[in-house]
Amino acid sequence: MSEVHLELTNVGIEFPTPKGPFRALQDVNLKIEQGEFISLIGHSGCGKSTVLNIVAGLYGATEGGVLLDGKEVDSPGPERAVVFQNHSLLPWLTAYENVELAVDQVFKKSKSAAEKREWIEYNLKLVHMDHAMHKRPDEISGGMKQRVGIARALAMQPEVMLMDEPFGALDALTRAHLQDSLMEIQKELNNTVIMITHDVDEAVLLSDRIVMMTNGPAATIGEILTVDLPHPRDRLALADDPTYNHYRSEVLRFLYEKQRKVEH
Amino acid sequence: MNPLTWGVIEPFYKLAIGEDRKGQVNTIIKMIGLPLVGIFFFLLLWQAAASNIQTSLGQFPGPVQTYEQFVSLQAEAEAEALKEEKFYQRQEDRNAIKLEKNPEAEIKIREYTGHPTFFDQIGRSLVTVMSGFILASIIAIPIGIVIGLSANAYSAVNPLIQIFKPVSPLAWLPLVTMVVSAVYVTDDPSFDKAFLNSMFTVLLCCLWPTIINTAAGVATVTQDLKNVSQVLSLSWWTHVRKIVLPCSIPMMFTGLRISLGIAWMVLIAAEMLAQNPGLGKFVWDEFQNGSSDSLGRIMVAVIVIGIVGFFLDRGMLIIQKAVSWDKTADIR
Repeated sequence: MSEVHLELTNVGIEFPTPKGPFRALQDVNLKIEQGEFISLIGHSGCGKSTVLNIVAGLYGATEGGVLLDGKEVDSPGPERAVVFQNHSLLPWLTAYENVELAVDQVFKKSKSAAEKREWIEYNLKLVHMDHAMHKRPDEISGGMKQRVGIARALAMQPEVMLMDEPFGALDALTRAHLQDSLMEIQKELNNTVIMITHDVDEAVLLSDRIVMMTNGPAATIGEILTVDLPHPRDRLALADDPTYNHYRSEVLRFLYEKQRKVEH
Repeated sequence: MNPLTWGVIEPFYKLAIGEDRKGQVNTIIKMIGLPLVGIFFFLLLWQAAASNIQTSLGQFPGPVQTYEQFVSLQAEAEAEALKEEKFYQRQEDRNAIKLEKNPEAEIKIREYTGHPTFFDQIGRSLVTVMSGFILASIIAIPIGIVIGLSANAYSAVNPLIQIFKPVSPLAWLPLVTMVVSAVYVTDDPSFDKAFLNSMFTVLLCCLWPTIINTAAGVATVTQDLKNVSQVLSLSWWTHVRKIVLPCSIPMMFTGLRISLGIAWMVLIAAEMLAQNPGLGKFVWDEFQNGSSDSLGRIMVAVIVIGIVGFFLDRGMLIIQKAVSWDKTADIR
């Protein structure tokens, strides 16, 4: 067994509200290895994003903590790059300049101007955005914006890439394209990834392990499913694969039987 | 920039090349014809009203008398320019003769100190208003950014802004005058005190809209962009430069335009009272002068003040469009 890369220990968080503290998470324990692809799945409002934000350092845990390579996470940093749900590109900068902002920050001194340019272009090529890298966000489609968001995160050369429903706002075809791109990139770079998703197929297709969360308040990890399918994975071939469908139904059973969302 | 796509020229150009003739004619009528109709009826109304108003200085000036005064002001300016030219010519001739007699002779060049013309006054007013406005902006934009970034700073400063914002320039002016007289004591004044009084009064009155709107603009930075900045661990200064400033530019310029409009209005009043050379002083002097031409001349000043104010705003609009990242936004 390889070494633990990222470790969440007894993580819990309370948010102050006018009606007293609200406990969103409790006793979240998770050990992630280098190069693993983890999906967080659960009903909306179960605290998936909160977990991600704690790992990102945007929220501080009330108790417990996060260790990255044995060092405690207490603030945001580019070694834990985030791909945001709604791309969060700066609208006044081109795709290239958006990635450049990140590259300038992370490789301030370690790369020369020419090396930086090459690195920015390399990352935009990786997400197939080299043809439109001098366009601004309002000139490109939603899928393309998300690609640039991924390029920006990759360009930080992060230890862990955190993706908050990266494809949630996209149509099914664009989403499939981006999932394929992501698998391709993952094969090449072998990043550690934590991705939040609502999409069961997406989770099974992309993940090494699927972390299923119970409903809040005081949400925690319900079950962890290891997806033992060989890489590279092909969505068409897997559609009729009994193992794949078994994993799929496992997740569905968790979401719709064990943790059925009670509508208020 | 392609001049053929400029709002004013485009329909004429299209008409010339024969593209959608009817549409172009309609556009031209809307753009030029209708404003002309409006102006024409206004002139009629003005003429009719003026001929019915008798003042102690004679009949209230109508458009024709106002135009006559404009022409006479122009003639005066030309005469003055000629006088100035002759003055320097005489001086040059005198110096030339002096040098011929004795090449070592010391040469004095005296400045011409003639009466400032109407058009000089416009220039002086513009210098004063821009000095006050630019100084105010240099102070107001950083304050706006700081209180926009920090809710605590905003709460602390906001009541002060709300209290000082509605204060009339006429209330500030005596205080400014006394403070300038007390503080600006020098043997070799590079600025006229009247100029400083007007400028600081303008400054005090046009700080507030820029502060408020800049702060509001900074507040439009979304949590998403703040998160990006945090994940990238941008320094405070980089965060302001790369994210806050571009984001708040549209609102900031709204504030700057309001401020410049206020500055121009305040300036005329300040010049009147501070006796600083400029349009305000021109109006006051004409009023004191009380000749039969005075009202016509004041009317010329009124119209010129309006037109200059309009062009100041247009100028800001052009700058705003040039620096705004969102070219699709309809800025007017």
